[in-house]
Amino acid sequence: MIDSLKRIVKAVGLPRLTIVLFLVALLVIGYVNRLPIPMLLSNSLVRVGMNGIMVLAMVPSVQSGAGLNFGLPIGIIAGLIGMLVVMEFKIGGFLGLAIALLIACVLGVASGYVYGLILNRVRGQEMMIGTYAGFSIVSAMCMFWILAPFKNPEMIWVISGKGLRTTLPVSDSLTQILDKSWEFPIFGIKVPTGLLLTFALACVLLGVFNQTKLGISMRMAGANPAFAMSCGINVDKMRILGTVLSIALGAMGMVIYCQSLGLVQLYRAPLMMAFPAVAAVLIGGASARKATVWNAVLGTVLFQTLLTIALPVTRSVIEGDISEVAKTIISNGMILYALTRKEGDG
Amino acid sequence: MGERVLEIRNVSKCYGDNPVLSQVSLSLNRGEIHALVGENGAGKSTLMNILFGMPVIHETGGFTGEIWVNGNKAEFKSPREAMEAGIGMVHQEFMLLPGFSVAENVKLNREPTRPNLISKAAGPKLESLDSGKMGLDTRQALDRIEMDVDEWLPLVGMPVGHRQFIEIAREIDKTDLSLLVLDEPTAVLTETEASSLLAILKKLAESGVSALFISHRLDEVFEIADTITVLRDGEVVCTVPKKEARVETIAEMMVGRKLGSLRTGGSGRIHGNEHVLEVKNLSVDMPGEHVDNVSFSVRRGEIFGIGGLAGHGKLGIANGLMGLHRSSGTVVCDGEEIPLNDPKAALEAGLVLLSEDRRGVGLLLDESIENNIAMPGIVGRNRFVKRLGPLPISIEDRKSIRQHACEMISLLDIKCTGPGQAVRRLSGGNQQKVCVAKAITMEPKVLLVSEPTRGIDVGAKERVLNVIRKLNEEEGITVVMTSSELAELRSMCDRIAIMYNGKIQGILSPDASDAEFGFCMAGGGGMASD
Repeated sequence: MIDSLKRIVKAVGLPRLTIVLFLVALLVIGYVNRLPIPMLLSNSLVRVGMNGIMVLAMVPSVQSGAGLNFGLPIGIIAGLIGMLVVMEFKIGGFLGLAIALLIACVLGVASGYVYGLILNRVRGQEMMIGTYAGFSIVSAMCMFWILAPFKNPEMIWVISGKGLRTTLPVSDSLTQILDKSWEFPIFGIKVPTGLLLTFALACVLLGVFNQTKLGISMRMAGANPAFAMSCGINVDKMRILGTVLSIALGAMGMVIYCQSLGLVQLYRAPLMMAFPAVAAVLIGGASARKATVWNAVLGTVLFQTLLTIALPVTRSVIEGDISEVAKTIISNGMILYALTRKEGDG
Repeated sequence: MGERVLEIRNVSKCYGDNPVLSQVSLSLNRGEIHALVGENGAGKSTLMNILFGMPVIHETGGFTGEIWVNGNKAEFKSPREAMEAGIGMVHQEFMLLPGFSVAENVKLNREPTRPNLISKAAGPKLESLDSGKMGLDTRQALDRIEMDVDEWLPLVGMPVGHRQFIEIAREIDKTDLSLLVLDEPTAVLTETEASSLLAILKKLAESGVSALFISHRLDEVFEIADTITVLRDGEVVCTVPKKEARVETIAEMMVGRKLGSLRTGGSGRIHGNEHVLEVKNLSVDMPGEHVDNVSFSVRRGEIFGIGGLAGHGKLGIANGLMGLHRSSGTVVCDGEEIPLNDPKAALEAGLVLLSEDRRGVGLLLDESIENNIAMPGIVGRNRFVKRLGPLPISIEDRKSIRQHACEMISLLDIKCTGPGQAVRRLSGGNQQKVCVAKAITMEPKVLLVSEPTRGIDVGAKERVLNVIRKLNEEEGITVVMTSSELAELRSMCDRIAIMYNGKIQGILSPDASDAEFGFCMAGGGGMASD
């Protein structure tokens, strides 16, 4: 009995077990305090779907040996531009979403390629360089948002007549278009089927890619560059491939995020967006050297559920709001914890 | 002469169950230069570690036997104690700070200091440096070894040779230095630098500093040593005064082991004289294993051996052929020229390498056994793939991977909990078997095997060698085998090339005498003109 318990702890990992137990405790406290548990769970599901693809974006980056992609804001900005273009031309519905995803993907691939070239020159320091590359691009884009030739009066500042506003509402026909597709209630929980299916599709595609020759080459290059080289693999190319996939996934993930949120947030909003994604994949059991699709899924579910439920529950127990503090502590603490470990065994 | 500086009595040392030194005794008189020679793994560095009280010795259970320095029994617990007792060490890798000046390096951690106001209050750690005395002392030390470099120049940008001399200056600057230990000091030097280093050693010896000189280069050893000790498999084979020694006998003693069974089978196996691999003017820029303009050809179905002492370039050949280190020359495999510096092209031509760096190059340590065996095959040979349903995408076929891995595990007798076990958890011998399985899976035309038995236990050794032999005999795979162990080469190969200084010194038959092998490994020594 104790042995099998130990085995379970080992298989799931202590950090994840702790979080699961903490979640259960939160739910019990919430129930006792008569909080609307079904609504909390509905919100959790939405947040999982919203953030999932950006967490998934960490996987190819780690697998190709470029470490956790702290440069994710590069992809996020590509996604924002995709959204802005369809909003400027007032293209709504699934067509709008498809065009936004396409633009995000193209821009993501292009910027990911350039970013990959940079990362190949700074081996061993990818994560540090990535953090600053992300910060820099967000700051540089602050100027772009002001100068960009967008004309839609709903998007630009009313007074000066130019420059994008900080927060733009997404058109009604685009807002939550995936969340609402095939949405159904069960036990009072609203399931955002379209959104979750999109996340699932992305996971399956990446999972299949990992099993192809190219995916295997990429994973070998990440696991041991010298080994990969002796097998005739161009390690530099594989690292670029991993970075391109990561940035493109981040870009498309941002489009999905925006449609669900119903807002496009510009200027300094994307600055810190890499950190929750990094924290989530780490909570899922990944490390800077090893990550799987499963790590991303598990991590997203745990991390986002925790954030969604912790807020109202803590508020019901103690006066005041500590959720933002908790989010910062959990995400940065998790990153710190995971980066000090050598192998992905936690 | 006459005064004993160092005496090592019956020193034995085991790492786990592995004896690496047994009953080694050695003594040095004042002003004597004593050369310690032996192949890789003969136990030289372990002996040095014991002499210097390196922590690794105590961590692995200490040693037995006694060491006497200057008439006192010594039990050094740290290198510092050894230094205080008057032993100086010149390292193979320099222990110098590049941004510091020569004088600062020489005096590092032994700086002459003057008390000042702060140090009177806060303790001697904060005393000021006496730079005048530092410069003066350093000048003296540099003069003793006839170096005219400015003592205040920073080390950055100085040639390697200078750095080696500065290391020596640092050691002789220590007062009451009675014994200088040099671990392959000439390995990184040019010929002129090396000869001036030897001259300095001689001068130092005349002034009463003894030297323990470790080297692979027998010509140097014969130039300066007074006494030569040959170490082999952790035992002292002999200690002879130089006057009575001959290069080829020393070389023979270094490599001569009890011979394993010689290769049998002979003519039936070699299919004519057709050359499957032709190498012309191959130069490889591999650090520490430089290959310089080497040509040879390998017949189909042959096992071709490459031997030689460490650092003479034997490992460079296979790595160069595979494109893992920058190389130039022409390589023709089966009539088609292989582009160099392109591992993929080499693989496609049918060359497969079993790397000497098992953990660094040979394995994905955190992956499972089956993935290690199959992943290169999937990428390089398109094996173990299947269509994903009706889609035009091929993905890995876990079922055939598992099946193949299980076959390999039973063929090679890999001791593991199953094909899913991570190779990091396997022993060295079993890791090597996984490497062999990986190489077999790549369906080689020519198998390049580097140090196949390095660091693995006897049982695994036998198994690995047998599989290579079997691949050669039954599948007709041509093998180029590189090894430091001559006995192993002689039991496996049809012909053995001996490398010296990046060149092939000779290609010998496995039944050539120990003396002939020794002669080649020593670069011909003084007998080249005979």
